[in-house]
Amino acid sequence: MSIIEGRFEPNIIITSVDALFNWSRSRSLWPITFGLACCAIEMMATAASRFDQDRLGIFPRPTPRQADCMIVSGTVTAKMGERVRRLYLQMPEPKWVIAMGSCANSGGPYWQHGYHVVKGVDQIIPVDVYIPGCPPRPEALLDGFLKLREKIEQCTIAKKTG
Amino acid sequence: MEIPSYVNRLKEACGAAIEEVSTPLGDLVVLVKADQIVEALNWLKEDEEALFDHFMDLTAVDYIGREPRFEVVIHLVSIPKSQRIRIKVHLDEDDPVMPTITPVYPAANWFERECWDLYGVHFTGHPNLTRIMLYEGFKGHPLRKDYPIKKTQPLMELRKPEVRRSDEAFEPGKNPNNP
Repeated sequence: MSIIEGRFEPNIIITSVDALFNWSRSRSLWPITFGLACCAIEMMATAASRFDQDRLGIFPRPTPRQADCMIVSGTVTAKMGERVRRLYLQMPEPKWVIAMGSCANSGGPYWQHGYHVVKGVDQIIPVDVYIPGCPPRPEALLDGFLKLREKIEQCTIAKKTG
Repeated sequence: MEIPSYVNRLKEACGAAIEEVSTPLGDLVVLVKADQIVEALNWLKEDEEALFDHFMDLTAVDYIGREPRFEVVIHLVSIPKSQRIRIKVHLDEDDPVMPTITPVYPAANWFERECWDLYGVHFTGHPNLTRIMLYEGFKGHPLRKDYPIKKTQPLMELRKPEVRRSDEAFEPGKNPNNP
């Protein structure tokens, strides 16, 4: 006879808090509705019926207060970078960032010269997943979400994430 | 391309304001003096044969090393007459100033702001000559040829590379919580 036998109703599941939190967080990633350039077109295609990111529990939220993930989809200009950072700071913890496409990763075609582009959004906010491509296919974005899901499953409430 | 007859009447009407008329590659190009640009455009808009009622574009070109350095280019279209014209204005390097053409073509408002923002051409009499693309506090005019090609003016402090590398503590396929 084990310790817990007969002490709980049969509908209770025993799990760790980490596993429960990570399961719920990784299965309902809500990105903020927010597109910067041509990558946003692919992001919209990912949300539309053909690729249907909603089946993974991912659907865009209209305000940063309700979002826990940000897809930086496109060229981040110096002027927009300030707004991107402000949106990021308005999101509640825990929060994750996906840099989608070459421009958000490294500046893309503007990586070397130019007065107006931030050379990679990781110069402004911490990035969790980088998706290469110009622009990435919707499959690549979904793969990025699956990678982010793997990363979230590694999180623990014992220390700060992101 | 033959020079249309209204150009000759434009020369008579505006006199010395018309510096040069040419037709490179089949386009009609008229070089106008900066201080009389508004009169010339008014004439082109009102004349029965010209009727340039549609403002298309206004921008500038930086011919660095040439005197005069700047050239403002205006494109007009006549919808009733189905014809086009290109107006050019030469401006000096030290003082690139010309009168605004918004009284004639209100659509030029934002074009002149863009031209001011990126080339530093000043349009006197403009209702709101402020930066339109770049942010307040930006120094200089970046489409000028002497603007340093790698110079950036970020609005916030950028994160340092060593901080950015520490973000990447993640190994795919390994999950300590669910081995």
